[in-house]
Amino acid sequence: MSKHIPVIIITLPLLFAFVLPVLGFAGAGPRVRNFLVTAVFIAVNIMIFSLIPSVSLDGGIIYYALGAIDPTVATPEGLDFPVRILLKIDGFSLFIAIIIGIVSLTSYIYSTGFIEEDGKTNYFAVIFMLLTAGLLGMTFTNDLFNFFVFLEVASIAGATLTSYVTWKKHPPYAGFKYLLISSIATTFFLLGVGLCYAQYGSFNIEYINLSLSHSLLDRIALVFMISAMAMKAGAVPMHIWVPDTYSEAPTPVTVMLKTAGIVCLYALFRISFSLFGNPLSGIVNSINNTTLGWIVIILGVFSMFIGVSMALIQHDVKRLMAFHSVSQVGYMLLGLGVGIAVYTNNDNGQAFQIFGKVAMAGGIFHIMNNAFYKSLLFLTAGVMEKRFGTRNLDSMIGLAHKDLFTTIAFVIGALAISGIPPFNGFASKLLIYESVYMFSPMLSIIAMFVSVLTLASFMKVFYSSFLGPRREDLIVNDKKIPLGMTIGMLVLCVLVVLMGLFPDIVINNLVEPAISGLVNLK
Amino acid sequence: MSDITLYVTVVVLLFIGIAGVLYKRNLVKIVICLNIASSAVNLFFITLAYRPDATAPIFNAAPALGKLKMVLPAPQALILTNIVIGFATTALILTMAVLTYRANGTLDIRRLKGVEDNE
Repeated sequence: MSKHIPVIIITLPLLFAFVLPVLGFAGAGPRVRNFLVTAVFIAVNIMIFSLIPSVSLDGGIIYYALGAIDPTVATPEGLDFPVRILLKIDGFSLFIAIIIGIVSLTSYIYSTGFIEEDGKTNYFAVIFMLLTAGLLGMTFTNDLFNFFVFLEVASIAGATLTSYVTWKKHPPYAGFKYLLISSIATTFFLLGVGLCYAQYGSFNIEYINLSLSHSLLDRIALVFMISAMAMKAGAVPMHIWVPDTYSEAPTPVTVMLKTAGIVCLYALFRISFSLFGNPLSGIVNSINNTTLGWIVIILGVFSMFIGVSMALIQHDVKRLMAFHSVSQVGYMLLGLGVGIAVYTNNDNGQAFQIFGKVAMAGGIFHIMNNAFYKSLLFLTAGVMEKRFGTRNLDSMIGLAHKDLFTTIAFVIGALAISGIPPFNGFASKLLIYESVYMFSPMLSIIAMFVSVLTLASFMKVFYSSFLGPRREDLIVNDKKIPLGMTIGMLVLCVLVVLMGLFPDIVINNLVEPAISGLVNLK
Repeated sequence: MSDITLYVTVVVLLFIGIAGVLYKRNLVKIVICLNIASSAVNLFFITLAYRPDATAPIFNAAPALGKLKMVLPAPQALILTNIVIGFATTALILTMAVLTYRANGTLDIRRLKGVEDNE
């Protein structure tokens, strides 16, 4: 049983997504459904955590060949002729899977209080589970076409959830935008996959990496894949869809869309390192990692700066936070870019060992931190939206009188995103500042400046919506916050504080194995 | 048709599709152009798999084993998947276009301006 865990993690949400409508027709109520879905997500989390000892702590890699007699053979039939779909779990995919597991659990618990029961809520849960299954599949697969299929599953589910509130004016258009962008990205990704298949006759990532010839076609494929994934992750030249989609989607869905962006960022890491990275190949005209690294760095710096400066002038609280997520993607790209740029520095990996590795650790650790505090901030924005019936900051005031817990949660999130010491944002940002300073001081200064602007814009939100006099007339929804919403925020608050207080535990046990999953310096 | 003609067709179709997505103002026309781009990728995979004078990749239909020549089976199976996914995407995206039209009374992207209600 335990050897089938990798595939059960993906199929459990998939299976229950199709069981739920049947239960709905059989007359099961919302309580049964919420209990069942929460139980499934908790089971997925337990299974993901049960893999930590063998994968992260022992540095092992789990292979799972779908349809093989013995699925756990390290390389079924050898990599000479890899025809089966392989799942591969190394430190990095497990790291991302932990994020997906925790965020989907908390945002589903939150959504039980947030989404109003109207007889169609069953379908929300169905698509929510499909989205989670798609994201987990993208994380675990070792097969490019399989990755594409899961990417499409996640895009279709994400777009459907974005336009869940079909009777309002804007959500269907936001869903249209998300699906359009996703379709263009996946079309180009598939073209890149085709270019790889044309040369190597396989879709297996490791097989392609082993037989890579660094031809011109490889470079074209690299460009197609990287740009498609940067588009889905919301890096700057392709960020225009982010604020429109994130702000119109229901809040729990916004959090999941953010996670989808993170998974696409994971794919970007995978493509640059596991698929095309070949530092010690010795081939003269191999893909120039320094150029690729600088391109990623420039994308990152522009994302940071443009994201935060657009966020400063917003009046819509979710749009503001959406622009901040563009800016935070910039930090991760900066860390990744420095890592790539020094990966092949012709010095036997000296520079990489000294600061490139720290930069990547910062970037990867920031992915997890960002997933938690950003989700927390979006969830508090959902409370504001419920209370005031609008997302406009100009018509909010004095929420602190009403919801003390939400205020504390918001302050924790805002301080974490700005990199203030006791919270987790500080831990990863400090790693990025230090290591990037050794690479290029200017980049580090820009990163710190962006942090200051981030704090400024969140002070604006805090001042205009939480502080101020008590104004009962502006509050349209006077009810107590549902228990589910409180639990969702509480879990994330605890995680943000704990990871800020004990960052070394996470870095040693999860981030270091994640880096060794990506990079193998012999 | 030779392979070159087919590959050129792929590129031309891709350009038509992307140019349409970029320059068309009507949501439904954008969807049509998206489908053209996706067909280009499908054609690309099928062209990859094609071998002149080869049979279908079914073992019973193969000629004598000595001069066994079949087209590649994997891309055809994959493109079948992609066509189905494309169908689902198109159906969903057209639904969203219809809902947008009902709520806003227009399909013109110049008149569908972001989130003005909440500004």
